[in-house]
Amino acid sequence: MAGIYAVFALGLNVHWGYTGLFNIGIAGFFALGAYTAALLTSPAADPLLFEEFVFAGDWAQLGVLDLGVDLWFLVALAAAGAACGVVALIIGYVTLRLNDDYLAIATLGIAESVRLFFLNEKWVANGSKGLYQIPQFLEGWLPSDKYNYLYMVVVIVVLVALFALVQRVMQSPWGRALRAIREDEVAAAASGKNVFRFKLQAFVLGAVIMGVGGALFAHHIRFVSPLTFDPLLGTFIIWAMLMVGGAGNNLGAILGAFVVWGLWVGARFLPGELSDPNFRFFMVGVLIVAVILLRPGGILGELRRVTRRAAGRSAVRLDDG
Amino acid sequence: MAGREVTQGWIPAFAGMTRRFGKGLPKGDGVGRGLTAWRAAAERLRGAWSPGYSVAAAVAVLLILGFLPFVKMGLVVNGFVLGAIIATGAIGLTLIYGNLNFANIAHGDYMAMGAYVAFFVVTDLLSAVGIQGQGFGPFTFGYPLLIALPLAAAVVALGAVVLDVAVYRRLRNRKVNAVVMAMASLGLAIAVRGLIQIIWTGEKLQFPRESRQVYHLPMDARIPPDSIFIAGLAVVLVVGVYLLLTRTKIGKAMRATADNPDLARVTGIPTERVIWATWAIGGGLAAIAGILLAVFQAQLLPSMGWEFLIPLFAAVILGGIGNPYGALVGALVIGVSMEVSTQWITPSYKHAVAFIIMIVLLLARPRGLLGRSS
Amino acid sequence: MALLEARDIVAGYGETQILHGVSLVVNEGEIVTIIGPNGCGKSTFMKAVVGLVRVRTGSVTFRGTDITDYPPERVVRTGLCYVPQSANVFPSLSIRENLEMGAFIRGDDARARIDEMFGLFPDLARRPTARAGSLSGGQRQMLALARALMLDPVLLLLDEPSAGLSPAIMGMVFERIREINATGVALLLVEQQAREALQVSDRGYVLSGGENRLEDGGPALLDNPEVARLYLGG
Repeated sequence: MAGIYAVFALGLNVHWGYTGLFNIGIAGFFALGAYTAALLTSPAADPLLFEEFVFAGDWAQLGVLDLGVDLWFLVALAAAGAACGVVALIIGYVTLRLNDDYLAIATLGIAESVRLFFLNEKWVANGSKGLYQIPQFLEGWLPSDKYNYLYMVVVIVVLVALFALVQRVMQSPWGRALRAIREDEVAAAASGKNVFRFKLQAFVLGAVIMGVGGALFAHHIRFVSPLTFDPLLGTFIIWAMLMVGGAGNNLGAILGAFVVWGLWVGARFLPGELSDPNFRFFMVGVLIVAVILLRPGGILGELRRVTRRAAGRSAVRLDDG
Repeated sequence: MAGREVTQGWIPAFAGMTRRFGKGLPKGDGVGRGLTAWRAAAERLRGAWSPGYSVAAAVAVLLILGFLPFVKMGLVVNGFVLGAIIATGAIGLTLIYGNLNFANIAHGDYMAMGAYVAFFVVTDLLSAVGIQGQGFGPFTFGYPLLIALPLAAAVVALGAVVLDVAVYRRLRNRKVNAVVMAMASLGLAIAVRGLIQIIWTGEKLQFPRESRQVYHLPMDARIPPDSIFIAGLAVVLVVGVYLLLTRTKIGKAMRATADNPDLARVTGIPTERVIWATWAIGGGLAAIAGILLAVFQAQLLPSMGWEFLIPLFAAVILGGIGNPYGALVGALVIGVSMEVSTQWITPSYKHAVAFIIMIVLLLARPRGLLGRSS
Repeated sequence: MALLEARDIVAGYGETQILHGVSLVVNEGEIVTIIGPNGCGKSTFMKAVVGLVRVRTGSVTFRGTDITDYPPERVVRTGLCYVPQSANVFPSLSIRENLEMGAFIRGDDARARIDEMFGLFPDLARRPTARAGSLSGGQRQMLALARALMLDPVLLLLDEPSAGLSPAIMGMVFERIREINATGVALLLVEQQAREALQVSDRGYVLSGGENRLEDGGPALLDNPEVARLYLGG
């Protein structure tokens, strides 16, 4: 689980940590990725078991013939990423030219729209009842009690691959340009960078990563419904992870995911009130605020040399215009 | 070259965007020209713009819409009521946006908090001292709610100011950028909602209520008395905010600070006090909006505030950030659109409708319907 | 006695240091002008004095009180008012409301003072309800001056009052400056229009690279060949 969340934290890091895009609708990409994967891999349900089980198509049947069940898993991962990428492309194209804050609202809107879509369009994915019995990767290779270890390895492999990818990308000139934009958009634009294009690319990249995360999630939990992707577990906790670990630092994002998820799960065993899920909900918010106030860099902060200069800029306001 | 002109003028969005980036607007094709004319008209209107004017215009347009044969009048009426609730929240939100220069993502949860505090006052506090009742006059709720309204508003207003001192002021002093402020408000949104769930659990709640007959209006429209109360109270609040902003010293100082905070400081305006006033007003209005929403929906849920963020921000953005009259107009437009849309599509898509209207309008007018061109 | 005394001011934004130790004195009733090339720190110096930019080392004393670390809203209360270069009115407020804001910290009713200002700037009296954002550049400058004068300041700091104005209106602004000074208000100006400003000034300072370069009487600086060559366009 922590590994899957680490994937999201990585994706969010591309948005916020590197580019300064404020995405509060992670749940939307999460859900989209998970549903895409689930739809692609689920076989038609046994009508005897699930009377009202309806969903669009029986895609896996097609896949099984050509690729074998397990390669199809990889296709699902890719497709989940692609679906999110396309949505991000459209939304980003519309909102990224505008004020920063609009993106936040837009992502919130996507999350809500995706949720409503899967909730209301019963023919797509069984409405509020959700899809269950989603096949697992390499199912049957190992006895089910050991299967989780296998899947853990799979998640870690994907995570490491994405980590390497993001790390590489961010050290490239492209990544440097993104950071320049985050620090001072006007200056970056003045030095000839197409700010919009860079932001859009980063937005899509982050969304793709989130889509892959969603697919991993679907195959782990084996059940997706519109209720799975509530703002808490779909968005808020991922923010907490990134903030704790350190925005702008991929290792930090992963570390934050493990720490926060550890706390989240660990808190269940605390005595009395402390293990109350509502209390934990509350603490997620407090944690975010506390990190911003007390340790803006997170555990592993990025070395921010430029940021302090940006801080003085508000004082120059009277000169403008 | 001609081809480029066509593509530029083709989608209004790009016309708007090119204008923003100062490239000038192509006037080659018909759409472009029409757009220019429209914009010029809007520009002229803005010169002689007054709040009363904008509201009258919006109401007129929406009423005309209502009398169209294919739109149910009842939905338009409902839309106005929903719009009134959105406006109550959005005006506070836009003031905070204008004065503190960041998007307060916790605003929805301040609303929810207000509703729950009122719930506490009605069901626990007042009934403990023997005040209780329901079905006050023609309304489903009891008169204790009328006592709870100002109390809840005061509690949330105070809470908003305390949170400002505890969190936002420290960030201001550090001169962080707006997105970090918004980030902090996201954290607070989560915390406030968590707090609601700790105290009142995540279950659905209701104000003590009694069923009441609805009023019948012409054109087959029905309106529950509660809605009249909601709309009436919203009008009173909007007028109150208007008077505050234009007639009182602190209100004018709020507008001045929104215009230019540094200049306000060197003029001697105590901007910290102005910010507190902004929070208090925004928080109080949010609390009342939350209560009205709870009455409108006949239920309280911890998530009601978060889910209401989309219409709130849609109204604010539509009206141009920082412009309370714009937010009012935006709220009415969003409210009516949300309700009227249910005639054709599933009611549960309401929020998506608000979102789509917002996106479309952002494309056409990046600075909002009544946005200032600064 | 010196009204305002700034000693060895070091200040800047973030990591960039702009002022490397500027000292300056304004005496009661004087007009003092700071001139210097672009980016020499003239505006920053003013912001440091009023508290918009933090003074790192050095001190600012006004009427015998150390105001170095005062925030801007407190500096105003000591009788020192500041008019920034641009964006110096509240555009969405009316003329009258702008003046009311200028008097925010006055305890009494500002109406009498507003009428005085309308007397001094008849242009503004014509449409007191017009939004400041709809005014011309010159009118805005007048409004900004009037707003700063609402508090009866002892010393007025003006950052490039002539910026962006046509020569005719610029002349009017300097005319007003002289009138204001005649009522006993000391003025400290920052100006690009060095010639016009020095003509009305008692003394002048030349800054360059964030440091004091020259200091002399206004007319004397005008006659100084080096100043003429560098800053007066020959």
